[in-house]
Amino acid sequence: MLTRHATRLTNGIRQASSDVRRVTLIPGDGIGPEISSAVVKIFEAAKAPIDWDPVDVTPVKGKDGKMRIPPRCIELMHQNKVGLKGPLATPIGKGHRSLNLAVRLEFDLYANVRPCRSLAGHKTLYDNVDVVTIRENTEGEYSGIEHEVSKGVMQSIKLITEKASRNIANYAFEYARSQGRKMVTAVHKANIMRMSDGLFLRMCREEAAKYPDIKFKEAYLDTVCLNMVQDPSQYDVLVMPNLYGDILSDLCAGLVGGLGVTPSGNIGKDAAVFESVHGTAPDIAGQDKANPTALLLSSVMMLRYMKLNDHARKIENACFEAISEGNCKTGDLGGTGTCTSFTNDIIARINNSD
Amino acid sequence: SIMGALTKLAHSAARTATRPAIRPASSAALQNDMQRFRSPLMSTDKALYARYGGRSTVTVLAGDGIGPEMLKHVTKIFQFANVPVDFEEVPLSSQPTAEEDLDQALTSIRRNGVALKGNIETKFDDPTFVSRNMALRRELDLYANVLHCHSIPTIPSRHKDIDMVVIRENTEGEYSGLEHQTVDGVVESLKVTTAENIDRIVRFAFDYAIKYGRKKVTAVHKANIQKLGDGLFLQMAGDLAKLYPNIEFDSMIVDNASMQLVKRPQQFDIMLMPNLYGNIISNIACGLVGGPGLVSGMNFGDTYAVFETGTRNTGSSLAGKDKANPTSFIRASVDMLRYLGYALHADIISDSLFRVLTEDRLHTPDIGGTNTTSQMIDAIFRHMEQEIKRQM
Repeated sequence: MLTRHATRLTNGIRQASSDVRRVTLIPGDGIGPEISSAVVKIFEAAKAPIDWDPVDVTPVKGKDGKMRIPPRCIELMHQNKVGLKGPLATPIGKGHRSLNLAVRLEFDLYANVRPCRSLAGHKTLYDNVDVVTIRENTEGEYSGIEHEVSKGVMQSIKLITEKASRNIANYAFEYARSQGRKMVTAVHKANIMRMSDGLFLRMCREEAAKYPDIKFKEAYLDTVCLNMVQDPSQYDVLVMPNLYGDILSDLCAGLVGGLGVTPSGNIGKDAAVFESVHGTAPDIAGQDKANPTALLLSSVMMLRYMKLNDHARKIENACFEAISEGNCKTGDLGGTGTCTSFTNDIIARINNSD
Repeated sequence: SIMGALTKLAHSAARTATRPAIRPASSAALQNDMQRFRSPLMSTDKALYARYGGRSTVTVLAGDGIGPEMLKHVTKIFQFANVPVDFEEVPLSSQPTAEEDLDQALTSIRRNGVALKGNIETKFDDPTFVSRNMALRRELDLYANVLHCHSIPTIPSRHKDIDMVVIRENTEGEYSGLEHQTVDGVVESLKVTTAENIDRIVRFAFDYAIKYGRKKVTAVHKANIQKLGDGLFLQMAGDLAKLYPNIEFDSMIVDNASMQLVKRPQQFDIMLMPNLYGNIISNIACGLVGGPGLVSGMNFGDTYAVFETGTRNTGSSLAGKDKANPTSFIRASVDMLRYLGYALHADIISDSLFRVLTEDRLHTPDIGGTNTTSQMIDAIFRHMEQEIKRQM
């Protein structure tokens, strides 16, 4: 009788979330396709109400001769409003805009969120890490405004605006409140970049005043780096402009095991793209060696963003268990398994938990 | 008196070139570490010194926070060892005094050629206040900042066997201080990169590698995003590397470098980079070997040199509490002595400090101990006295 009751409950839940959400899927390059299909399989096993719209973002030449993301991808994003993205290749110094940057700018994904938590079963030298880096994602040092002023003199412009700084500061405090975090630290170098980081800091202070329940601190970038590698437990949520965020988020990822296990989300006012931030790893592409953890945990972030918390929890728990208890995990996690065996292990755990 | 004995010895050593070697450490491994702790450094032929009557004059800027008390400790140590160095103290702190303070400090350093400096706090909320640390570096054209970050035995740290040198461009880049408000709420900050400065710092790094027997230079950059600024740096570094075929050269993007540092810092030898990344990497590196209290920082130009702590903190929360770690400041003063050519004095002070840390194991709270600064200083005196007596 208990089983019948449980089935009825399951049916009820299925009916309630029978609105299937469509998500744009960008498998990416290199190992992208294999880890994406791993995620799709795991979602199927978890019966997550997600339908995927896969697209290819290889740039095409637009009417003006400039390379752009294909219009179909943009249409779909505007429609679906949520995307999951694998790793994309970025050519260095070839004079055309980074694709990752283009995606972010197109959909005004102004906040990059990276939670870094120590994983049980994946031991590093640091085991008490639980920080979230929130990085302004649209301006700062990555505005792409550079020119050669005169021969041998280069000028790169770092742009800080009141609007973007206010948006990211606000997001940081909202995130802290909604996730039950206690403290937000603004990271800056206003002693050197007085006007730009000074403006950023002022916006953070103004927002902080609106959230008296959250503790607010300010810290120099170098001090945060110095302290983070000695005692990461003193930090909670960190908010900062683009470049510092880029470096600090990778630093924190390194503390918990690297980009292969770190999720990342890019949030805009009404769209969001979740992505794995590791490289395309062309040397192991197609050999079933890739580790899908980063993309999987990013998809879990996505589920939470879409308020599908039960499915998120189910998948996340299965993933953590597979890493801490299982021996089907990939080589980079210290196991001898393959991408397939790891995926199947997670699927099995999901099925068992039902 | 034993006070004068050491100077006599230094002179006689120069004449006879035979003197008992400094007492070795208790084991071969520790001897290597003690040698490494001395941080090799030689001055260039263009360097300027004020040396009169066998004594050198150096400018000292106490700065804020723990600077003044650290300077007092160094003064006592120098007096104890009868180091032939005179201090010319120049006031330059964050106190709002006239612009002349900075000019006076610069004049003094230009006259003496060498300075020992504490950090000056930058009160950035006051819009008229310019970073005085930065002003000094730029006016004196101290284009290279060098930090020797290495593991020290008995100092608690998650990583072992680190021995790297961070060489950072010290005058331009993001620290150009050129900012403006284009319209209300829109601020631009200019990062300036010049071929001239890149050339200098890259050559400095490779020359350093050759002089001190280092094997590899890693250029740290973000050329995938800042294609012109960092692109120029990366390209020039690669081109100049070809002039030094015996030194291995590779490059790494700064975020990856940060990650690699916390995972496996032993892979790095010399790390070379522009200003801001240097700030980040040097702080990470100092954190990895045990914290801000241990590493000293050298700032070199062609003519002048300024010695300070590696992570340039004021340490205001520790001021006046007899808790601050004097190691980085003492090592800065040792670097300065070596630069001035007083190798014997430098070695004795360096080795004494090393023994206090590793044999006596006197550690201040920042490195997990319970000892006070004074306890460490007194112990340094005891070791120095032993060594001086032994040399007689």
